[in-house]
Amino acid sequence: MQNIIDQFADTIRTAAERKAPLRICGGGSKEFYGNRIVGQSIDMLDVTAYSGIVDYEPTELVITARTGTRLADLEAELYGQRQILAFEPPHFGATTTLGGCVATGLSGPRRASVGAVRDFVLGVRMLDGRGDDLHFGGQVMKNVAGYDISRLVTGSMGTLGLLLEVSLKVLPLPPMEMTLSLQMKEAEAIEKMNLWAGKPLPISATCFCNDALTLRLSGTEAAVRAAHAKLGGEKVAEGTAFWQSVREQTHIFFQPGKSLWRLSIKSTTPPLSLPGQQLIEWGAALRWLISDAEVTAETVRAVAATAGGHATLFRSGESSVAAFHPLAPEMMAIHRCLKEKFDPMGILNPGRMYPEL
Amino acid sequence: MHPLELVADLRTFLPPEAVLYESEDLKPYECDGLSAYRQTPMIVALPQTEDEVVRILQICHMSKTPVVARGAGTGLSGGALPHASGVLLSLAKLKRILKVDPIARTARVQPGVRNLAISEAAAPYGLYYAPDPSSQIACSIGGNVAENSGGVHCLKYGLTVHNILQLRVVTMAGESLEIGGAGLDAPGYDLLALMTGSEGMLGIVTEITVKLTPSAEKAQVVMAAFDDIRKAGNAVANVIGAGIIPAGMEMMDKIATRAVEEYVHVGYNLEAAAILLCEADGTAEEVADEIRRIDEIMRQSGAIEIRTSRDETERLRFWAGRKAAFPAAGRVSPDYYCMDGTIPRKNLARVLGGIERLSTEYGLRCMNVFHAGDGNLHPLILYDANQPGEPEKTEEFGAKILEMCIEAGGTITGEHGVGIEKINQMCSQFSSRELKIFHAVKAVFDPEGLLNPGKAVPTLRRCAEHGAMHVHRGEEKFPGLPRF
Ligand SMILES: Cc1cc2nc3c(=O)[nH]c(=O)nc-3n(C[C@H](O)[C@H](O)[C@H](O)COP(=O)(O)OP(=O)(O)OC[C@H]3O[C@@H](n4cnc5c(N)ncnc54)[C@H](O)[C@@H]3O)c2cc1C
Ligand SMILES: Cc1cc2nc3c(=O)[nH]c(=O)nc-3n(C[C@H](O)[C@H](O)[C@H](O)COP(=O)(O)OP(=O)(O)OC[C@H]3O[C@@H](n4cnc5c(N)ncnc54)[C@H](O)[C@@H]3O)c2cc1C
Repeated sequence: MQNIIDQFADTIRTAAERKAPLRICGGGSKEFYGNRIVGQSIDMLDVTAYSGIVDYEPTELVITARTGTRLADLEAELYGQRQILAFEPPHFGATTTLGGCVATGLSGPRRASVGAVRDFVLGVRMLDGRGDDLHFGGQVMKNVAGYDISRLVTGSMGTLGLLLEVSLKVLPLPPMEMTLSLQMKEAEAIEKMNLWAGKPLPISATCFCNDALTLRLSGTEAAVRAAHAKLGGEKVAEGTAFWQSVREQTHIFFQPGKSLWRLSIKSTTPPLSLPGQQLIEWGAALRWLISDAEVTAETVRAVAATAGGHATLFRSGESSVAAFHPLAPEMMAIHRCLKEKFDPMGILNPGRMYPEL
Repeated sequence: MHPLELVADLRTFLPPEAVLYESEDLKPYECDGLSAYRQTPMIVALPQTEDEVVRILQICHMSKTPVVARGAGTGLSGGALPHASGVLLSLAKLKRILKVDPIARTARVQPGVRNLAISEAAAPYGLYYAPDPSSQIACSIGGNVAENSGGVHCLKYGLTVHNILQLRVVTMAGESLEIGGAGLDAPGYDLLALMTGSEGMLGIVTEITVKLTPSAEKAQVVMAAFDDIRKAGNAVANVIGAGIIPAGMEMMDKIATRAVEEYVHVGYNLEAAAILLCEADGTAEEVADEIRRIDEIMRQSGAIEIRTSRDETERLRFWAGRKAAFPAAGRVSPDYYCMDGTIPRKNLARVLGGIERLSTEYGLRCMNVFHAGDGNLHPLILYDANQPGEPEKTEEFGAKILEMCIEAGGTITGEHGVGIEKINQMCSQFSSRELKIFHAVKAVFDPEGLLNPGKAVPTLRRCAEHGAMHVHRGEEKFPGLPRF
């Protein structure tokens, strides 16, 4: 496997000499997400050959794998030991890799109750823009030696380095899950989601859409049954399939072909008045908006900012609109400076996140 | 700049009592919780607002004066050790809880607020701030952010980094930054994570929005005694292997148990090689269920005695000993030195065996308390600073423990930080390329290197002089040979 790393490092060094941009490619499943890489004659750096699980000890709750590993294979391995990636990363296709999962930093339905990808990343091995082989963090739960580079590169869209290996904390599969559905209006649903999140209840996912609040309870049988008794609601028979459809955006709400906005905001924000349809997740801290052209990016972003958050144009046919929420000038200055330290020649996925990076 | 000129400049906007420079006023600031290192600062500044912090930093930036931040000074790695010709910036007076939002389950607080004060303010709403370092009555939330502190409940509820949403940070140049947001994530790079655990090297934290967690309906703890440390280690693995994430999972060895028993009289089993405390929390039904399973696993793992707390008073009593481990060490020995390595749990017996051997070799007693769930080991080396040579021997013993942690695939610090104390061991844990990246990150925020100079990341020159070998992450040179 070292020879593959050497090849990657060579490719990076050559690109750096020529100042020629590289497009880091995992499974190709999240092609729609983020901005297009800027530059001419972009070479592809395919990481899929660097795959396989390096170390997995179920009782240590840690798995280390190469980033070309397919997420599906990794999750199957965990499932065999009744463990999971608790942040439920979306796959958006069978070919998705661990590298793409960590580089995009996207998390699924369980995020509000257990945390995001970045909360489970314990360590990384990576090549920076000089082709240097670097390790940060480790395979242990607690580690404060040096700055937290592992989490810094999580969600950086491959602009700070090529991830080679990642160590993640894993969790046991909950002994029982139950999905409930309650009919109510949006304002009431937002209120309830916040109220219940402040109670010791085993709610592991929430979704509001079409006047129905769907909840998932996860935990011991006793806890799940007790919570059901407290909360009421109809049991949903196809619970697993429902959450899968929300996680993978195959739910009927996510109509392909239209612009999809992702607003990550303060959970107590009342219903947003924006034209289009909305689906709410993460205890009301995440609002998905399907809109036609009648609403401008500026409007959506202003609404998100007022609600203490930010808006991402998650899927769109329009490449003229920046995918990610603009940063304040002083924050952009820091981002540019960081990018320069990790990738002095600006060759790793340039423009994929922001044109300046 | 002459110290008195700087004092005069600071006093243009700070009251006289907020700018200290007379040596008797400086004395209380000469060290943090690691009292082996002492240094009086040139000046102590005690701002009360973020605006004052900004102005202090601007003045220091212009005059190229080093600045060291200090919260409550409970740090155990010398992170808040002053700089002889610098300003010690105490955040202790920024101690207001600005807002508790029970519906959004957040609290916005100033950095000098004590960790426990947040939970106290949230308690009327059935909420609390989850990370609970043993120092929580004293330590500040700003210090917690700077060290990414954890507590006995962090296996289930996370460390500081998992429990904060937003920070206001002032850079050395006096620029205020908003990091994170009111939502669960923020655009751009994860600077919230980068700031957390950065030991006051990148900026001064002036405001923190923390997440609050609903208090569990009930908690109960199982105390199990083992006649062999290996069996106790296996019991921990067995609990986790059974799919249980306990709310707390702590271990003490025999020396630790005896020391704390003498201090708190809990009735711990004094013959046991190791005591395990394993807590379940949640709804009453959940706890009953989990405790029954934990009890069974402890039995199957060979526990020689098992007790389950019958009520809240008894639960707190069982914990009292563990929480008092440090003061107990202080009672059985004139001085103690607390280490903070983390290891993969499977290597526990091997590392403890190694520590025992070193203990004999150096003729110094060592008691071990262990955040067993997440592999964070706190060996407490007992020594007497007044015995010639003992402090040096102790430091060497400690350094060897840390090297052993690296070799076992772990790290030199789980939660106390590098500070000044573990700066040499950083040379063993990281390669020069990795250290260069750390310096580069530092330069992004503080190009002149004025914030907390000489801490957390060693210069490459220092590593060369220290002559430490880069122990390559657990890949031992002769893996087949017994190590310790
Ligand atoms: C034939 C073809 C040509 C294309 N041409 C272009 C083009 O010219 N410009 C353009 O912008 N897009 C182009 N794309 C789209 C490109 O594939 C994706 O935008 C991008 O590479 C997404 O990564 P991924 O598809 O591998 O998805 P995923 O594997 O899901 O990865 C998602 C993100 O993570 C990053 N990533 C994945 N693995 C790692 C890793 N190990 N370390 C660090 N980062 C990682 C990826 O770069 C990407 O940003 C093209 C696609 C195809 C099929
Ligand atoms: C008895 C005892 C028990 C302990 N138990 C635990 C434990 O269980 N878990 C644990 O993790 N730790 C523990 N500690 C260590 C210590 O309490 C923590 O590291 C704590 O977070 C330090 O907080 P402080 O306010 O005292 O910070 P200080 O010691 O004042 O400072 C620590 C570091 O943070 C920096 N800093 C402080 N405030 C700011 C700010 N506002 N902005 C930027 N930088 C800042 C300082 O420069 C310094 O580098 C214990 C310590 C003692 C004495």
